[in-house]
Amino acid sequence: MQGLNNLQRLEAESIHIMREVVAECDNPVMLYSIGKDSAVMLHLAMKAFYPSKPPFPLLHVDTTWKFREMITFRDQRSKELGLELLVYTNPDGIAQGIGPFSHGSAVHTDVMKTQALRQALDKWKFDAAFGGARRDEEKSRAKERVFSFRSAQHRWDPKQQRPELWRLYNARKNKGENIRVFPLSNWTELDVWQYIYLESIPIVPLYFAAERPVVSRDGTLIMVDDERMPLEPGEKPDMKKVRFRTLGCYPLTGAIESNADTLPAVIQEILLTKSSERQGRVIDHDAAASMEKKKQEGYF
Amino acid sequence: MAHVSDMIGKDIEAYLMAHQNKGLLRFITCGSVDDGKSTLIGRLLYDSKMIFEDQLAALESDSEKAGTQGGKIDFALLVDGLAAEREQGITIDVAYRFFSTDKRKFIVADTPGHEQYTRNMITGASTTELAVILIDARKGILVQTRRHSYLTSLIGIRDVVLAVNKMDLVNYSQDVFDKIVADYRLFAKQIGFENVLAIPISGLKGDNITHASTNMPWYGGPTLMTHLETVEIADRRHNAPFRMWVQWVNRSDMDFRGFSGQIAGGAVSPGDRIRALPSGKESRVARIVTQDGDLHEAVAGQSVTLTFDDEIDISRGDVISGTTALPGVADQFNGTIVWMNDEHLLPGRPYWMKVGTKLVTAAVTDLKCKINVNTLERLAAKTLELNEIGEVNVSLDRPIAFDPYEENPDTGGFTLMDRITNTTVAAGMIRFTLRRSQNIHWQAVDVNKQARASLKGQKACVLWFTGLSGSGKSTIANMVEKQLFALGRHTYLLDGDNVRHGLNRDLGFVDTDRVENIRRVGEVSKLMADSGLIVMVSFISPFKAERRLARSLLEPGEFVEIFVDTPLAEAEKRDPKGLYKKARAGEIENFTGITSPYETPENPEIRIDTTKISPPEAAVYILNWLEDNGMLLGFREPGDDTPTA
Ligand SMILES: Nc1nc2c(ncn2[C@@H]2O[C@H](COP(=O)(O)OP(=O)(O)O)[C@@H](O)[C@H]2O)c(=O)[nH]1
Repeated sequence: MQGLNNLQRLEAESIHIMREVVAECDNPVMLYSIGKDSAVMLHLAMKAFYPSKPPFPLLHVDTTWKFREMITFRDQRSKELGLELLVYTNPDGIAQGIGPFSHGSAVHTDVMKTQALRQALDKWKFDAAFGGARRDEEKSRAKERVFSFRSAQHRWDPKQQRPELWRLYNARKNKGENIRVFPLSNWTELDVWQYIYLESIPIVPLYFAAERPVVSRDGTLIMVDDERMPLEPGEKPDMKKVRFRTLGCYPLTGAIESNADTLPAVIQEILLTKSSERQGRVIDHDAAASMEKKKQEGYF
Repeated sequence: MAHVSDMIGKDIEAYLMAHQNKGLLRFITCGSVDDGKSTLIGRLLYDSKMIFEDQLAALESDSEKAGTQGGKIDFALLVDGLAAEREQGITIDVAYRFFSTDKRKFIVADTPGHEQYTRNMITGASTTELAVILIDARKGILVQTRRHSYLTSLIGIRDVVLAVNKMDLVNYSQDVFDKIVADYRLFAKQIGFENVLAIPISGLKGDNITHASTNMPWYGGPTLMTHLETVEIADRRHNAPFRMWVQWVNRSDMDFRGFSGQIAGGAVSPGDRIRALPSGKESRVARIVTQDGDLHEAVAGQSVTLTFDDEIDISRGDVISGTTALPGVADQFNGTIVWMNDEHLLPGRPYWMKVGTKLVTAAVTDLKCKINVNTLERLAAKTLELNEIGEVNVSLDRPIAFDPYEENPDTGGFTLMDRITNTTVAAGMIRFTLRRSQNIHWQAVDVNKQARASLKGQKACVLWFTGLSGSGKSTIANMVEKQLFALGRHTYLLDGDNVRHGLNRDLGFVDTDRVENIRRVGEVSKLMADSGLIVMVSFISPFKAERRLARSLLEPGEFVEIFVDTPLAEAEKRDPKGLYKKARAGEIENFTGITSPYETPENPEIRIDTTKISPPEAAVYILNWLEDNGMLLGFREPGDDTPTA
């Protein structure tokens, strides 16, 4: 096994996957969720097509509840790199005033994320969408293909997935089908961090510890990112030094108290921590197989 | 993710530097149901501290719920996935697990043992470098062990760990272990395994997994983890000659034309002379372009973009090689395929074939034998069912560049895809070329189809009549031929009467024979069209795929599909030869419409509804169509059709 090390092999594999999609699909798009996995995916896309720009736009499904710093970062990053950024929000959800506080996380996620994504893919007729999911995230993900086929209704059928051998990906679609492609399938959380460190990839500052206004909800620290956060009468947010392990909608994302304000310090904490990455995600506190259900419904 | 290293707490930057160069080992675990695979993998994850406290808490409560280990942790529960499977207590398909130690990162392909095993194991093994073959010490070498070992060797894995598990249940006996190992070595030789390391373990108790077992002081070798961390795997791709599949042509501006791909073998440097295949054009590498700067060398596994000194015509699917140690170029080869689909192989039917980044049409022309994966016996076969393995000759619609799989899996491994459902139906390994088309250079033929047709004052074409038995195909085809003859055209009619009794006398009516029947008719009509004739074909030709094949043999516009559309009830009512009656009585097997399907054409050039028009009217309709579509004109001299605007 002389030759490439782990990160080099992962990088080469991801680039290979992206180029296959561009060569074989008509209208690909990259789902850009602004988090660290998306940051790595975007970085790899810049490499894959260099000196050309990645021949596809970025798509952000905006639930309107993302951290403000994420939106700033998103706009700045796409501008710096000179990439087309599409932002989509479910108009029905806006009309009905759907939000996590008023409707709960399940409805919010379904309407503003799952349905919004389907609408966006239909609207622009994308036939392939890159996603930053990794197989190490969750048990049911471990079996997901790199090329994952969705029916015209965006459903995922675990029985109808195609065998994937060697580096040969089958991107041939039937009418109406579209593909979710996961170039980071074989990366672990640690690989992602290590690569960010090695390649100096910019990430949203929320990943680093800083004094932020937080309130405690059911034992989870929630950052008060704007005035939509309902406070108890007389309640004042506490200023605490916190950071985030994953980023999503601010009311659904738990902060952790931390002093790690540099990348090495963050990685150190991750290596020494005793709880998994997904713990900070409020939407995951469901039944064990929830991820699979979401997948069947087209969440990914 | 509490890693073992103390360095993390003390000097994180030093740790990160040290870990940048960590290698990756991908391996597969093979075993039958209950041999202890899940337990072993769970144990490896646990021992390498890849389990977080919240996961551990979930594991403990799951273990209690399942009650499988009497309140103790059931490691197998760590590695289960999809809900339905979980309820059934089995896992299907391939799952990938990740763990890492201070020395290496590992990706485990986990393929559970049951009927779908061959398909899943081949899939999982195709990306791995080493196999851990699990044996239950109480049971010794079973039929399944042989199967797993054969599949491992088939996919080209040369490094094998024989993990003799559940040693705790045989009193950690050295005799038991030694006997199993001796038996296995005999067999391993037969299938060409060179590097087999046998380790006695207990996945459940943790013996020789990460810690040397105190229960087996007689064993002096490495623990499983130590071996996985240190084994040197010789990647064939590194020592192979330079190869790169062109994946994507990168044209960032008028001046830049680069060829992107992942190096499939060997290494390349600027200045190296290269050859593009199958075209054979040569040039020299100018630059190896990456975003991180130009490289002095790129090696197997790297994804790069090359530019060349000369403007040569290269596109996706071409292979770039050096100018010595060339890959073969051929349109026929011998290989082994593993069938992975519920619908069985139809020899002769065209499938898509993907090799590297090249997509071609391929047909199995000869199924030499199938292989019993348990006994390695070679058996005669007419088809391959799901999970069957066969030795085949494959014929392609055009030459491709490739290497034998043994020499380079990236240039010798391929998949087959169904042309209608697009699903992946088989994995294959190229063994050797059947014919070297390397040196054949086609002379431009002066006497060609157009010349022959023009001598006859016509355009060559094939009128393909398809429809149920008794639909009226032959009646209409006969009338069309009479009309054409009257117009002075040179024609020929191929139908059941003159083909089934002669050329295709050896074929019956089962699906495979029907496919072959139409393939031959398609080839004959192509030859006849090439000779300049207007060919009429009147066959039921029930399958879309074969009609499509026949069409693909001809040039665009030459194939006219005529669907003689008579509803089954109507054809059965007419029953001119009394065949439907016999079929209904069970006297004829595989009768189209009754016991064998007819796939209705979706876009025929002409559709004749025989419930609305009579055969003479149909013939006139067809002649008018041919006239309107310029097919009855005499052949025009070249230059006549020069566009005017
Ligand atoms: N005594 C003993 N039992 C084991 C060992 N490894 C696995 N088992 C048991 O064998 C059964 C099957 O194990 P499992 O890991 O689910 O097998 P799989 O079907 O190959 O994944 C379970 O009851 C395990 O607890 C071992 O090393 N010793």
